[in-house]
Amino acid sequence: MTIADVRDILEAEVISGEGHLDTEVHNACGSDMMSDVLAFVKDQSVLLTGLINPQVVRTADMMDMVCIVFVRGKKPGDEIVTLANDRKIVLMNTPHRMFTACGLLYEAGLRGGN
Amino acid sequence: MVFWERLPGEMTMKLHYEVPGNDFTRAGEASGELKLKLKRLGFSSDVIRRMTIAMYEGEINMAIHAGGGVADVEILPDRITVVLTDNGPGIPDIEQAMKEGWSTAPDNIRSLGFGAGMGLPNIKKYTDMLDIKSVVGEGTSLTMTVLAG
Repeated sequence: MTIADVRDILEAEVISGEGHLDTEVHNACGSDMMSDVLAFVKDQSVLLTGLINPQVVRTADMMDMVCIVFVRGKKPGDEIVTLANDRKIVLMNTPHRMFTACGLLYEAGLRGGN
Repeated sequence: MVFWERLPGEMTMKLHYEVPGNDFTRAGEASGELKLKLKRLGFSSDVIRRMTIAMYEGEINMAIHAGGGVADVEILPDRITVVLTDNGPGIPDIEQAMKEGWSTAPDNIRSLGFGAGMGLPNIKKYTDMLDIKSVVGEGTSLTMTVLAG
């Protein structure tokens, strides 16, 4: 699926990176612990998190993740948006909670990888 | 700071970064910059990812535990070596610190998404060589290498 599909499935609002919505995504990872995310290496992944700080973007960047979804409608500050734009990472937020957001993507065929 | 040195038969790039200790949100800037440089130099995405994740974890550790430090990077065509040096409290038991889940990070760091005790295990997992030297009360030095051959 594409990042645009992720947006539609999660009823999400795109915060930045509108120009990259046709990028394909193959896996997803949901976590508020960035240390755990750093143990997860998959190409073209989506990160779902409830954490809002610049390290979320840095972590996603290190992992070559292409999209970050903030759950429960959380909105990142300007510093985070600027960093994500610089790294060409799409930011969006969904009104859904973490469990539901992960479930919706799983139901639509996205997997977490091995 | 970047400069090239010509060594017999090969080119080496050396980089030096200061890792801030007073602003956790800036930890990771150096590994982010290194990632861009390695991309420009044409290293494979696997090599870049492994090296920069390891360096990022090290930067986070230095910011959390040691009040910052310095990172010295040496890039050769067939390998990248990052040396992270700090003057922090040192690691009393390296074997313990290498165990997944073992952490002495304070709660405020956990609330920022780190301190799960995965830092050093992740560094070991992603690098081809890792050497840790630590003296309690003096500081810690991590030398990590990823082979690009």
